[in-house]
Amino acid sequence: MADERKEIISATDVHLFYGRNEALKGITMDFRENEITALIGPSGCGKSTFLRTLNRMNDLIPSVTITGTVMLHDKNIYAPSTDTVALRKEVGMVFQQPNPFPFSIYDNVIYGLRLAGVRDRRILDEAVETSLRQAAIWDTVKDKLSESALSLSGGQQQRVCIARVLAVKPDVILLDEPTSALDPISSGQIENMLLELKDEYTIILVTHNMQQASRISDRTAFFLQGDLIEYADTRTIFLNPKEKETEDYISGRFG
Amino acid sequence: MNDEIKEKLLKKSRATRSEFRGRIISFVCTAIIVTVVVSIFYFVASKGLATFFSNKVNLWDFLSKTIWNPGSTDSHGSPQAGALPMIVGSFAVTILSAVIATPFAIATAVFMTEISPNKGYKILQPVTELLVGIPSVVYGFIGLSVVVPFVRHTFGGTGFGILAGTFVLFVMILPTVTSMSVDALRAVPRYYREASLALGATRWQTIYKVVLRSSAPGLATAVVFGMSRAFGEALAVQMVIGNAALLPHNLVSPASTLTSVLTMGMGNTVMGSAANNALWSLALLLLLMSLVFNLVINKIAKRGKF
Repeated sequence: MADERKEIISATDVHLFYGRNEALKGITMDFRENEITALIGPSGCGKSTFLRTLNRMNDLIPSVTITGTVMLHDKNIYAPSTDTVALRKEVGMVFQQPNPFPFSIYDNVIYGLRLAGVRDRRILDEAVETSLRQAAIWDTVKDKLSESALSLSGGQQQRVCIARVLAVKPDVILLDEPTSALDPISSGQIENMLLELKDEYTIILVTHNMQQASRISDRTAFFLQGDLIEYADTRTIFLNPKEKETEDYISGRFG
Repeated sequence: MNDEIKEKLLKKSRATRSEFRGRIISFVCTAIIVTVVVSIFYFVASKGLATFFSNKVNLWDFLSKTIWNPGSTDSHGSPQAGALPMIVGSFAVTILSAVIATPFAIATAVFMTEISPNKGYKILQPVTELLVGIPSVVYGFIGLSVVVPFVRHTFGGTGFGILAGTFVLFVMILPTVTSMSVDALRAVPRYYREASLALGATRWQTIYKVVLRSSAPGLATAVVFGMSRAFGEALAVQMVIGNAALLPHNLVSPASTLTSVLTMGMGNTVMGSAANNALWSLALLLLLMSLVFNLVINKIAKRGKF
C-alpha cells in the first residue's frame, strides 16, 4: 500500500443543510488518486449526500445550503467562480438505478462528447469502443450499438452508464450504490471492472454491501447520522475498527 | 357438521353474487356505449353514403370538384357536391394553427416544467385550465370583434378567412397542446435529467438533448390531439371564416370548413334531399378524419412508453 499517493480531493469541514436539517455535520476527509474509497453506513447517514457534494449535484435541490471547502486538484469547487459544468466533466457520477437515456447505445456513450462539441465520426467511434471495452461490455454490444440502450438487461445498462461516464474522461468517478439494483453476477462483473479502472481513475463508491466494500476498496469511511465516524484502510476498518459504532455496524449489530 | 360446510361451499357466497352483479352492470354499460357509437357510425354512414349511391355523385367528384351547390344539378344530372373547398379550408386552418401553436405550447410547457416549475407552474396551470374552459362561442365572438378587424386592417380583404380562423384556433388549441405537453415533459424521469447534468451538460443542453428528445412521442401526441380539436371545431371557426364555399385563393379571402358548412346548412335542408345527404357526407368525412387522428395518437403513444 503506497501511503504517499497523491490526494486528489480533500474536503474540509463540510456541513450540509436541507432547510434547517443538518444532514452533514462537518465532514473532513481526503481521497487519494487511483484508489477505490468506499463510503458505508446505514440508510440516511449522509454518505450519498456527501458523495453528491463532490460534484455539486446537491445544487439541484433548492433548499440545500453547504458550507466548508472541497478541494479538487487544489481548487475549491465551492468557490463562486467554479463552473459546475466543467466540474462535472472532471467528476463523473453513476447512479443507483441504471439510467441510460432512451437512445441507442452508441448515442448514450457519446452523449458527453457531443456536449463538448465533438463531431468527428472517427473520434466518436473510437471513444465508443474504448469506453465500452473499459466497461467490459464491448463484446456483448458491439453488434447492436444502434439498438436502444433500454433493451439491455439491468447490469448491462449500468455498464453502458459507466461507459458513458468514462467517455468524458473524468479524473474521479462517483458511484452511488451502483450494484444495489443488480443481481450478484452482474454486481461481481461490475466490481471486477472497477478494480481494473482504478489504475486510471479515482473511484469513490457508496455501498450498502459490506462484502463489496471489503472486496474492492482500498480505504473505507464509516458514516453515521451525518458524521464521519471512522476512516482508514479497508483492512483496518473491517478487522480492527477503533470506534465501537463501526464495530457494531460491520458486525451487524445495528443498521 | 360436514354437511353444513359442504352446503356452504356449494352455495354461492354473497361475495360471488355481488361480484357477478358488478360484472353484469359494467358489461351492460359498456354494451350500451358500444351500441351508441356503432349506431352513430351506421347512421352517419348510411346518410352520408346515400349521396354516392342514391344521388349518384361520383366519390372522386365529391373529393376533387370545387363547386358546392348540392341543391342543384350539373349537366350530367347529379348534384353539384364538390367538397374540395371545405376540405382545403379545414386542413388549412388545422395545419396552420397547429404549426403556430406548437412552438408556443412547447415553450410554455418547458417553462412550466423545467425552468420555473414552482412559480411558473402555479401561475400558468390555472391559466391554461381557464383557457380550456372558455366556451367556443366566446372565442368566436372575440375573433369576430377583435381578430377579424385586425386582419382587415393589417392584411387587407374583408378580414374573414383562413387567417382569422387560424388565429382563433391557435388560441383555442394552445391550452390543450400546452397541458398535454406538460404531461409529456413531466413523464420524463428525473434521473434522465440528473444523468445528463452529471455528464457535464448545461440545463439548456439537458432540456433539448434529453428532455425534449425523450418526450418527443408525447409531444407529437399533444400536437395531433390539438389538430383533431382544431379540425372538429365548428362554431368559433364558422364565426370568423366568412363561410363562402369557394376554394380559397389566399389567407384573407372568405372560405369555409367542413364543420362551418355543416352548422350553416343543417337547418336549411330537407331530410332525405340531395342537399341534406351531401351534408351528411361531409359529416362522414369529419368522422373518418377524427378516427384517423385517434389512430395516429394511439400509434404514437404506443411508441412513447418509458
